[in-house]
Amino acid sequence: MDTLTWIKGLVGGVMIGLSAVWLMASLGRIAGISGILSGLIWERPKGDSAWRLAFLLGLVSGPLVIMLAGGGLGNVAGRAEAVVGVPAGGVGLMLVAGFLVGLGTGLGSGCTSGHGVCGLARLSPRSAAATLVFLGMAMLTVFVSRHLAGGGA
Amino acid sequence: MKTFMGYVAGLLFGLGLAISGMTDPARVLGFLDVAGAWDPTLLFVLGGAVVTAFIGYRLVWRRDAPWFAGCFTLPTRGDLDSRLLGGAALFSIGWGLSGYCPGPAVASLGGASEPLVALLVSMIVGWWLASRLKPKS
Repeated sequence: MDTLTWIKGLVGGVMIGLSAVWLMASLGRIAGISGILSGLIWERPKGDSAWRLAFLLGLVSGPLVIMLAGGGLGNVAGRAEAVVGVPAGGVGLMLVAGFLVGLGTGLGSGCTSGHGVCGLARLSPRSAAATLVFLGMAMLTVFVSRHLAGGGA
Repeated sequence: MKTFMGYVAGLLFGLGLAISGMTDPARVLGFLDVAGAWDPTLLFVLGGAVVTAFIGYRLVWRRDAPWFAGCFTLPTRGDLDSRLLGGAALFSIGWGLSGYCPGPAVASLGGASEPLVALLVSMIVGWWLASRLKPKS
């Protein structure tokens, strides 16, 4: 891996951390994407939806800003000019994967951001356990789909 | 003002995902593929984010309350249950198949493709089912 790749990873990671700190400092909230968005869509708590919608708009506009800025600020593997990568499968696979991601993060009260970033930073035992499970099991999933089943993602 | 704060947080998050390359499923799957050509980028992203949030949170919590809310809203549970671990396991299968967790999937809307939209729609359906299965807190 070349140096620029991991520096971009680190810089981007620090920005994600700053986002989490900003949300805690201003609104006292955990920056968990699945919680913020599923709450916005399915619960719509009164007086608590506007900032969620604004967060969603910000989340989508971030990569757009990088696209407009140009100059290879993205970090897509093997394509210096790209900001958003290509999906690893077709509509069918993504329908299955999306459903599992939604159901799993809903039941498990968090995803890579809520448990992985914010939860670990809070030293939460629940988040640490969830993070270990989803990292380990996702590695297993990729191993099975790529090396045992042959092909797939 | 709460709305503006939310936008800034989302924007920072989206910029971070784009610059780090987490909007590329190939990078994420490359990290998860420990038996293949391993791509450690995600480790730098997660490490940078966790260390920043760890330090930042502790500075923030010195205050009595957030700038624009009455109190800090933090999870209080410390026990492990099957819903948490089972949910994490289900999520991991979808994550491992697609390379998308919720943040990067939503942030990639600017470069939307049919498979991505399909993933987002069924993710929202999954959230709905989970909210149905959850006991009301």
